[in-house]
Amino acid sequence: MNDIPENTQKLGVTKMETAAFSENWSPPPFIKNPLLRWGLLLTFILYLSLSIGSLDVNWERIYVGLDRGAKFVYGFMNPNFSGRWTDISEGIIESLIMTVTSTAIGIIISIPIGFGAARNLAPLPVYLFCRSIIALSRSFQEIIIAILFVAIFGFGPLAGVLTLSFATIGFLSKLLAEDIESIDKNQAEAVKATGSSWWQWLNYGIQPQVMPRLIGLSLYRFDINFRESAVVGLVGAGGIGATLNTAFDRYEYDTAAAILIIIIGIVMLSEYISGYIRAGVQ
Amino acid sequence: MLEIKQLVKKYQTGDLAIDRVDLTVENGQVIALIGPSGAGKSTLIRCVNRLENSTSGEIWLNGENIVKMRSGKLRRTRRSMGMIFQEYALVERLTVMENVLSGRLGYVGFWRSFLRKFPQSDIGAAFGLLAKVGLDTMANKRADELSGGQRQRVGIARALIQKPDILLVDEPTASLDPKTSRQIMRLITELCEENKLAAIINIHDVALAQMYAERIVGLREGRIVYDGNPDDLKPNVLSEIYGKEDWTNVRKQKTKNKNSIKEIPNTDEHMEEMQ
Ligand SMILES: Nc1ncnc2c1ncn2[C@@H]1O[C@H](COP(=O)(O)OP(=O)(O)OP(=O)(O)O)[C@@H](O)[C@H]1O
Ligand SMILES: [Mg+2]
Repeated sequence: MNDIPENTQKLGVTKMETAAFSENWSPPPFIKNPLLRWGLLLTFILYLSLSIGSLDVNWERIYVGLDRGAKFVYGFMNPNFSGRWTDISEGIIESLIMTVTSTAIGIIISIPIGFGAARNLAPLPVYLFCRSIIALSRSFQEIIIAILFVAIFGFGPLAGVLTLSFATIGFLSKLLAEDIESIDKNQAEAVKATGSSWWQWLNYGIQPQVMPRLIGLSLYRFDINFRESAVVGLVGAGGIGATLNTAFDRYEYDTAAAILIIIIGIVMLSEYISGYIRAGVQ
Repeated sequence: MLEIKQLVKKYQTGDLAIDRVDLTVENGQVIALIGPSGAGKSTLIRCVNRLENSTSGEIWLNGENIVKMRSGKLRRTRRSMGMIFQEYALVERLTVMENVLSGRLGYVGFWRSFLRKFPQSDIGAAFGLLAKVGLDTMANKRADELSGGQRQRVGIARALIQKPDILLVDEPTASLDPKTSRQIMRLITELCEENKLAAIINIHDVALAQMYAERIVGLREGRIVYDGNPDDLKPNVLSEIYGKEDWTNVRKQKTKNKNSIKEIPNTDEHMEEMQ
């Protein structure tokens, strides 16, 4: 290494020109061994083409379905808001109520669970307990939980609210716990060093550090819960999903289109509002 | 009075950070604790505040053994030890005022602190201290909007509002420029004198230590290797603390630097022209 610059100096090459030697540099490959690298790529392509080949495509069924799809698209072109407006508005209001209550319940329960699931705050037994609640909540898709709750509590929004609250807990406490685990330890320690009590320490040393993220995540979850309220309604857990389901059952695609457009509108509106709030709390 | 007796701190990783240290700090005495990186300076003052639990030994503050204290008693004792940190350790998203008032947490109940309804006397004291450190107009600024020197002043105010008997200061100037460093050191030592506070100040800058402390303690590999007057800190003593090094060489480099310092006014002029 050392003698190269000396040589170049002797030849009168300036520093700028030495830099030119390294012009055709390329990043080191992610996998060093070329055999392994190309082998993996080839295997992947082979596997992909085989699995596509194994898909059983029923062209006749698709042909019939295209017709129905066309009707659906046509319905979308002509959304019918007025035909079943009372049904739609009741469904929307029920969904909004479900969203607000489930998000609120979810947040209230998620905060203690999130703190308990942060390894830097909680003793091991509490940590494991809270982590298993989170794992339980996260391992089931909303629909499956909704079906279970409908079976227990019957059709209607109660099952929906419980489903969404349960799902919110898994989402919010996990992300909150992760945020708590990555806080700046020095700030928290300085508060402890003043002789604060444990609750004061949480309030002054931890909470300010995680609050913006908690607010952001809650707003995001509000969004998700509204969308999910339409989905869980399909299995009978109340809300706009139930209305949507009825519209599909009656082949009233124009009404269904109107409902979907309203859902899109509300999601966009809440997206806009939450972006505004998040910018405010940073 | 703080009295440390045969203190040992061994970390779980096996590092013996403090090795049988005896140290007595008289009331109102300002000590500079110097020593190479990893000597155990931070560990020592963290053990005093019990941010770290010591392995063995005793730490007596005003006649009570801190090592033996249970949490309630410890909290009350922590009030009389104000800490100042190298990276300031302010709660960034709280205001300057909230940061200063957090020094009173040990004295007020949870709901008062939660609702930010501190006693009027505390708020008065906070404004007084902020004025003293020159930040009275910044009370409602958020801590992360301040410069390093300003943050350290808030840190000092937070420590002092505790009405402590002793300050535990961990490298207060390590992240600051030379001028601000001196100002901060002067502020700390003046406030100590004014309030009759003792202090242990961890510091890397030997010259600053000699300038502002009345007593210097040298730590090396967890043991005290020097304890005495700032003026007796001769090259052979520095070698003892920091290891062999040609200490006179530092001066030669300094004189060399003087040439380059001459250029600095020029750049300053350029800056002014640009503005
Ligand atoms: N949390 C910790 N866990 C394990 N070992 C630690 C920990 N903190 C410090 N040590 C070890 O203890 C010894 C003393 O560290 P300490 O931070 O007290 O030194 P210091 O004198 O403050 O150094 P510096 O001047 O760099 O701040 C070091 O060997 C360090 O590796
Ligand atoms: Mg240190």
